Amino acid sequence: MLEHVLTLITFLPLLGMAAILCLPKSQENSIRWTAAIFSGLSLILACWLWVGPFDSSVAGMQFVEKAPWIPAINANYAMGMDGLSLPLIFLSALIHFIAVFASWGITKSVKGYFALLLLLEVGVNGVFLATDFFLFYVFWEIMLLPMYFLIGIWGGPKREYAAIKFFLYTLFGSVLMLVAMVAIWLKTGGLNGGTFDIIELQQLAKGWAADPSTFLGMKFTTWIFWFLFTGFAIKIPVFPFHTWLPDAHVQAPTPISVILAGILLKLGAYGMLRINFPLAPDAFQHFAWVLATLGVVNIVYGAYVAMAQTDFKRLVAYSSVSHMGYFLLGVAAMTFTGLNGATLQLFTHGTSSAMLFLIVGVIYDRAHHRDLNDFGGLAKRMPYFLGIATIGIFAGLGLPTMSGFISEAMTLMGSYGQFPVHVILSTLGILMTAAFLLYALQRVFLGALPAKYENFKDMSGREAFTLIPFAFLCILIGVMPSLILDKMAATMQSIQEMLSYTVQ
Amino acid sequence: MTPESQIVWLLAVPLLPLVAWALQVSFGRFLPRQGDWLPTGAMGLSAVIAVWMFIGVLSGHDAGTGTLVSAELANPHTWKFFFSDPALTEGLAGFQAGILYDPLAAALLAMVAVVSFLVHLFSVGYMQGDSRYNIFFANLPLFTFAMLAMLLSDNLLFFFIFWEVMGLCSYLLIGHLSQDKEKPRTEAAWASFKAFMTTRIGDVCLFIGMMMVYDKFGTLSFHGLYAAVADYTANGTHWEGWLTAAGIMMFLGAVGKSAQFPLHVWLPDAMEGPTPVSAMIHAATMVAAGVYLTGRLFLLFSPEAQLVVACIGAFTAIFAATIGITQFDIKKVLAYSTISQLGYMICAIGVGGVAAGLFHVITHAIFKACLFLGSGSVIYGCHHEQDMRKMGGLRKKMPITYLTMLASTLAISGVPFFAGFYSKDAILAKALEKSMVTGDWYWAAPFWLLLAAAAITAFYMFRLIFMTFHGKPRDHGSEHAHESPWTMTVPLIVLGTLAIFGGKFWLTDPMHAISGGDEPWFFQIVDDPTHAEFATIDLHDGHTEAAHDSHELAGHDDHDIAHTAHVRAMFMSIAAAGSGILLACLFYLWGILSAASIANRLGGFYRLVLDKYRFDELYNATVIRGTTVLSGFLCWVDENVIDAFVLNLAKLHRGGASLSGVFDKYVVDGMVTWVGETTVAAGQTLRRLQTGRIQQYVYFTLAGALALAAVSLLGIF
Repeated sequence: MLEHVLTLITFLPLLGMAAILCLPKSQENSIRWTAAIFSGLSLILACWLWVGPFDSSVAGMQFVEKAPWIPAINANYAMGMDGLSLPLIFLSALIHFIAVFASWGITKSVKGYFALLLLLEVGVNGVFLATDFFLFYVFWEIMLLPMYFLIGIWGGPKREYAAIKFFLYTLFGSVLMLVAMVAIWLKTGGLNGGTFDIIELQQLAKGWAADPSTFLGMKFTTWIFWFLFTGFAIKIPVFPFHTWLPDAHVQAPTPISVILAGILLKLGAYGMLRINFPLAPDAFQHFAWVLATLGVVNIVYGAYVAMAQTDFKRLVAYSSVSHMGYFLLGVAAMTFTGLNGATLQLFTHGTSSAMLFLIVGVIYDRAHHRDLNDFGGLAKRMPYFLGIATIGIFAGLGLPTMSGFISEAMTLMGSYGQFPVHVILSTLGILMTAAFLLYALQRVFLGALPAKYENFKDMSGREAFTLIPFAFLCILIGVMPSLILDKMAATMQSIQEMLSYTVQ
Repeated sequence: MTPESQIVWLLAVPLLPLVAWALQVSFGRFLPRQGDWLPTGAMGLSAVIAVWMFIGVLSGHDAGTGTLVSAELANPHTWKFFFSDPALTEGLAGFQAGILYDPLAAALLAMVAVVSFLVHLFSVGYMQGDSRYNIFFANLPLFTFAMLAMLLSDNLLFFFIFWEVMGLCSYLLIGHLSQDKEKPRTEAAWASFKAFMTTRIGDVCLFIGMMMVYDKFGTLSFHGLYAAVADYTANGTHWEGWLTAAGIMMFLGAVGKSAQFPLHVWLPDAMEGPTPVSAMIHAATMVAAGVYLTGRLFLLFSPEAQLVVACIGAFTAIFAATIGITQFDIKKVLAYSTISQLGYMICAIGVGGVAAGLFHVITHAIFKACLFLGSGSVIYGCHHEQDMRKMGGLRKKMPITYLTMLASTLAISGVPFFAGFYSKDAILAKALEKSMVTGDWYWAAPFWLLLAAAAITAFYMFRLIFMTFHGKPRDHGSEHAHESPWTMTVPLIVLGTLAIFGGKFWLTDPMHAISGGDEPWFFQIVDDPTHAEFATIDLHDGHTEAAHDSHELAGHDDHDIAHTAHVRAMFMSIAAAGSGILLACLFYLWGILSAASIANRLGGFYRLVLDKYRFDELYNATVIRGTTVLSGFLCWVDENVIDAFVLNLAKLHRGGASLSGVFDKYVVDGMVTWVGETTVAAGQTLRRLQTGRIQQYVYFTLAGALALAAVSLLGIF
């Protein structure tokens, strides 16, 4: 089983999708439970790998699978997992599993919805596990399609607009990635021995870095660096490519927002760490200050724009923009602390933003609007929900003893030596984040309760079930960060070596 | 006691309230009396352990050498926090967290645990009938836990973590009434928001300062930093600008938490919290944390940074005291008096009296807790009336409250033989000594500011006593006032007694812990171990006592000055207190002078002070307005520049697409159509030739042949 475990994690949801497609349309509950079971199986496998067979002293790929796929171009079906992908796979499996339960209230063509949801998980898990660039690209595109329909069919009033915007933006990024991929493949020999193997490419990249020849005034590594970076940056999203995010979030149904913020944004960051930066270490080092600057712009700009929002969901969406900036800043510093902090930030933001979107969803399900200025006093009717929401809000603003603090503190402290001015500026973002999140909390929960909300019920058991795992994780990682950092350490060291490779 | 069992007992002090919190938050509602006995009992146990440990430290103090016998505890016990792999040492991976239990921590730990227990006990009475009684009793021990754990941290990062948890607890407790089931108070929500954000500005500065020293010295532990700074200054290098900056940045954290100017605005608003919370914030937790931080970091402050600390403290002391004169809300008066007293402590540390400052933290905690709980008792007795103008004559109706508050007022005013006298005197002596030793005018300013503040303090505190307890009741609330139940009066009696006798204790030598040395024992154990440690590490690294000397403010040469300063300061402070009390009697007891007429004469200035110098308005107009405008502008940019650019790009492509559509339709497709149509047209035309008549074909043939013959003959080709 161990030799095919990664395939199982990836394709179990596809099996679930097939099962759902066989079920009659009217069996809505069986459809829901099927989705829950199959995404749950993936989650169990991911948990099992985490606590069991995963060897945290190994830096390279584990549970490797490799089979020839398209021999003509030397594309293989190659999967592997290391300390970078382990936490993200766990997060992906958890978020999809929770998303199934958060989707329980969806009544519009249930069959199609859950089938697409499971297909989405296949794509996401595949991206995190593929060690073949071609396979990576295929999974990347697989993920795009269900997302488009999930927003476009089950979304809010302006769903078509948001879906198209999301689709075109991401497609634009994919095209850039495709161009870079083909260029790399041709560079390695094309039809005569070209390769897509990411591990192999990471080794070959050292040779490209040493190659001084230029094309239109730029080195090969610089070209692929910027093509790949733009492609991935759109996904993160990095300023100024971020405007698709608030629209997509606001229009998407709650569970899809949760997936989008919780895991899809991390794909871009993952792609950067796995492919983009290791394949062009010289360009990465040369442009590190650009990345750090973009990171700070994300942090501060995102926080300021979030402050001005009156739509709760838009506010949380911009807070995501702000939080993802830490990733760029931490990686750009190239220190062990910064790199670990940046990668941990992916995980911690995954849990805290998922929680925030779920919180918005719970409120929206009752009030059917998200206008912050039209709420107040919900604490009276929803005391338990307020308790959980307070944890979510404070996790979001990075309170110490919550996971967000660990990753942000590591990122900032790890980057201060390289970019002191950037780091000091980005602390403005910390302040603003606290301000807008607490202000939102206050406007929704505190003060007098308007009469129209008198009949609100506290959160249901199902809603509590979707929120509690994230709250638990936020506190657990905040108190014992070594639980996750230990798993990452060896891989992070090897990535740090790759990124700081210099031509002798 | 073995070090291991000492550690276990020590960890029990913060962990007991933490466990109480966890149980209370999960099961509090289901327990009898909503579980209030659980955190109160846990806190009582924790206080007993903390005091017992403190006595152990005192009796363990070796008479001959003045060093700690329990020296193992001075060496922090550490564990790896971020990565458990010991081989990883790069950056934060090498970070180790540990416990630091030195005499300074021991004294404060005991004080915090005891005061917090009394506040818990008081709340059992005061909070009766609150709609979220169980939640209140969950948040209160969490607050205490954070403070206790912070005191035991041996490094800045853990210190910061618990420091922030305290911020969370203050947010929850100040905003307690904002979630009240019957009457949710929006003001409370705003007050908690303001408290959290204002202190967070300081926290972020502290974090920046922490990064600055960490980046240079590569360590976060207090003792590691002391050693690094000693090393740094011992090598002949002067204090550099960045270290001054780092010191000031870290001090700004204390400015936020301890409500120093210019971040003092949150503390008066924090009165929105229930009165026991105010007592907690003003005595045991929060504000004491800032002073503790300043004391801990004193060795990292360059002379310039020390001057900044002293000036901020002295200015805050007088600035808040003047506001205190004008307020009528009994809790607001106490709030400004806290800010002013905190200024004393901060200033004391700035002028080099770390022990004096922390001594005042302890005595102040006692009498300020008593004053706040007493004011809570008054408010409770007067049916939730807080305006002193509506009180009066409560002396007879609430005798216990009156006597305990009077004792505390005498203590805070610095009347001889009360607790506050000794600590305030020590601070003034230190300030005067500093000004005499250096002879610089800017070091003289803090002393005179503090002295003036001492007189004003005595004045407004007696104003409070006279307005509340003397004269005749001015409202039916105070007419029907009654003494509070025992859960409220017992803490008052304990604290009131301590306010009378709790000062001298720190100067005498009850345990005969120390013989020799002419400083009081508290000063020796607080000042000296840090300095001794400092010197030892220094010697260990091969540098002689250079650094030690630079921090030894009361060296042998200055001994006489210190003595003179002490005597002078004592007489001046007694005079200041006496004049303040006398003035208060003239105005409010005997009615010889009228406050109203003086206020009238001062006119605009009086109103400015009454409005707290309008700092709230200033911040609203600048910082808050600026932030709102900027965020609104950036939001506009996001929508109308960045997104608009993308949308216009899309439009452009759509335009391009329709252009190419036109091109396709009329040019590309047009050509194809044209070819087809031309062919058809040509066919149509040529078809006319196909007439079927033989003669015509013959004519054509003939004409063709002739044409060919003509062409070949004329030689055209």
